[in-house]
Amino acid sequence: MSTTHLNTHDAHDEHHDHDPAPHNVFGFWLYLMTDCLLFASVFATYAVLFMNTAGGVSGKDIFELDFVAYETAALLVSSITYGFAMICAHNKNKSGTLSWLLVTFILGGIFIAMEIYEFHHLIVNGNGPQTSAFLSAFFALVGTHGLHVTAGLIWMAILMIELVVSGFGSRTVTRLSCLSLFWHFLDVVWICVFTVVYLMGAI
Amino acid sequence: MSILGKLSLDAIPYHEPILVGTFSAVVVGALALAYLLIKYNLLGVLWRDWITSIDHKRLGVMYIVLALVMLLRGFSDAIMMRLQLALATNGDPGYLPPHHYDQVFTAHGVIMIIFMAMPFMIGLMNIVVPLQIGARDVAFPFLNNLSFWLTAGGAILINISLFVGEFAKTGWVAYPPLAGLQFSPDVGVDYYIWALQISGIGTTLTAVNFLATVFKMRAPGMKLMDMPIFTWTCTWANILIAASFPILTAVLAMLTLDRYLDFHFFTNDGGGNSMMYINLFWAWGHPEVYILVLPAFGIFSEIVSTFTGKRLFGYKSMVWATASISILGFIVWLHHFFTMGSSANVNAFFGVMTMVIAVPTGVKLFNWLFTMYRGRLRVTVPVLWTLGFMVTFTIGGMTGVLLAVPGADYVLHNSLFLIAHFHNTIIGGAVFGYLAGFAFWFPKAMGFHLNVKLGKAAFWCWLVGFFMAFMPLYVLGFLGMTRRLNHTNNPDWNIWLYIALVGAFIIMAGIICQLLQLYVGFRDRKDNLDTTGDPWNGHTLEWSTSSPPQYYNFAKIPTVSDIDAFTDMKEKGEAYVRHESYEAIHMPKNTAAGILISGCITVMGFALIWHIWWLAALGLFSAFVSLVVRAYTKDVDYYVQPDEVARIEKAHLDSVAKG
Repeated sequence: MSTTHLNTHDAHDEHHDHDPAPHNVFGFWLYLMTDCLLFASVFATYAVLFMNTAGGVSGKDIFELDFVAYETAALLVSSITYGFAMICAHNKNKSGTLSWLLVTFILGGIFIAMEIYEFHHLIVNGNGPQTSAFLSAFFALVGTHGLHVTAGLIWMAILMIELVVSGFGSRTVTRLSCLSLFWHFLDVVWICVFTVVYLMGAI
Repeated sequence: MSILGKLSLDAIPYHEPILVGTFSAVVVGALALAYLLIKYNLLGVLWRDWITSIDHKRLGVMYIVLALVMLLRGFSDAIMMRLQLALATNGDPGYLPPHHYDQVFTAHGVIMIIFMAMPFMIGLMNIVVPLQIGARDVAFPFLNNLSFWLTAGGAILINISLFVGEFAKTGWVAYPPLAGLQFSPDVGVDYYIWALQISGIGTTLTAVNFLATVFKMRAPGMKLMDMPIFTWTCTWANILIAASFPILTAVLAMLTLDRYLDFHFFTNDGGGNSMMYINLFWAWGHPEVYILVLPAFGIFSEIVSTFTGKRLFGYKSMVWATASISILGFIVWLHHFFTMGSSANVNAFFGVMTMVIAVPTGVKLFNWLFTMYRGRLRVTVPVLWTLGFMVTFTIGGMTGVLLAVPGADYVLHNSLFLIAHFHNTIIGGAVFGYLAGFAFWFPKAMGFHLNVKLGKAAFWCWLVGFFMAFMPLYVLGFLGMTRRLNHTNNPDWNIWLYIALVGAFIIMAGIICQLLQLYVGFRDRKDNLDTTGDPWNGHTLEWSTSSPPQYYNFAKIPTVSDIDAFTDMKEKGEAYVRHESYEAIHMPKNTAAGILISGCITVMGFALIWHIWWLAALGLFSAFVSLVVRAYTKDVDYYVQPDEVARIEKAHLDSVAKG
């Protein structure tokens, strides 16, 4: 908040007695726990419905593990690069943070692009979510994760703009930390998706 | 498809005299309110001090206003149903045709649970919890305002359904396949989905907010096991919200996909499994009833302890009993559908778990009794509600244990016995609790006392009315009457239906007493001011503030060394200390961002209900832009200067000294 004009009645940086940052990260972590329950519900539904193929395709027929492995690699590496971005952020290294965020953004973008390609491929081959309960649950589970990653990308873009425009403000690192939690969380969820949906489905 | 999606003039029910009458009454009421607001020049005050307020105490008051308004709506539904069932006997069709009646019972359930009980509970929690833990506000004050307006947005949607289109005809649980597109092609279920979804997100955010508050912002010295019992029960309720509302969000999203994009989660065809919905719904729905009742238990604990002038008996066992109920509450959901046909072992497990809940609940009851034992109970209005609760809730709990026997449940499932049971626990437990809390904390929140005679009259009407309205339903359940019947043709049932109607009218008298109580209270408020801030000789920190509390709550954050922190301070002579000097206090500024974002989301919900896709996209986009703008707004806080703090504190302490 270094740019805030000095007004005696306005709050500014020197007063750390009411620093909201630790609350923010803790609060965001609590929110992630609720998100975790959301995913758990969709996972449970998938577990119940994945055999209900209604005479249509099953996981074995449609999953291409090689393709998903590359997709997974993109997302997992993006978690590492986000970690590098955070190291730079804690050192208030603006160009380093921006570069690593950009790399993360591109990897996340690749992940989403591959997912959209997979969905599109399935739908044009007549295996859209309307086909069977299995495919409904599959699209919902993978799609919920994909929507989260997309939201993360939008958030990342906004934080990159913030960095470019005004550099490190008092809240920037807090915001980056929250997104960091979010991003790693989505990584963990994806590992579950990869295992439960793709690996176990391809057996 | 037209630019307005499915919305057309046909959606307006101008051919239904009941709805036209209701609509006219609402319009007249709204115009009268607007006239009064303009006449007394209150619009600015309403906007600046309430709508945009991020003060937890004011938000709490607004939650309770919302709850009371929705209580009137939900109760109107109730009395319409009772009247219909009393008239539609011996083959008479009554006055409510099935398609209307079905909407009424659905709306009654949704409104009473989601838009009456929840806001009432969250309102009391908002007013009291930050004060009890010695905090100046919640962890995220803006989020608190946003949560309120999301709840209000859901309430607005459900009320719009009264006059534009229709509401769900599925019962408040909206089970598929009935709630699926095939059997409910109209907008009713969509109203249900989006009203619950939007308010549910608000509730989830509230839980996150209050958990962060109690874990991070307790006054120095207050360990977790020093927290006032109401704060503890709210904390468990918030843990339950955070753990269960996402399940509701997920299951409603799946139902949405079924209805909007032809998915096959819960359909009869395509491999869908409707029991999956029912499982997930109750995995939220059962914890939900504990979300409602645990804070009520906390309220009773505070009241029993305060009005006996004693410490709460068994504070620690109370906290652990609450914890046990919270955890057990998560592993009993299947008792809502023993008749699904699970194996005997599965049903036995859930039956036993359900019965086990009676143990920690019994612990609580005995703790209250032991607190009263050899105490000098002052029989005030809050105490009356508490005593009424202890008798009523015990009966409801015992019929619950009865229903927990799977064999008995096969006979009683979906009968009026069940209806009687859950009203017995929710009214006798949660609602009595909130009304007790309302009477208990009203002087604190508003600064004046309510009329005691009318308060007592309201209690007796509610109590007698409750027993007359719901005990007959137990009998009717045994006589074989099932729920959601529109008309009956069994002479044996008639007398009980008539008695239940009389009971509903007695409850109505109770509600009228409460409205009168509010009217008289506001009219005579200058004669009934609470000048000390501690009208009941309270035990906890909220009573150390003025009534209504200073907007910054505490000029100096207290240091706590006892569960009954304020009693401790009074005994040590540390209460009402005049300080030489004060420090500046950091406070957040009010903001219109909450109502703006929620307004956009509500518009989006309405647009999605009617398939007005462009408007839905616009609503979502506007909400997103507003959120980003808010995130980058820098002028969000200010400092209260020491001289102003000193002035306010002096006025309060002078007022206390005068008594």
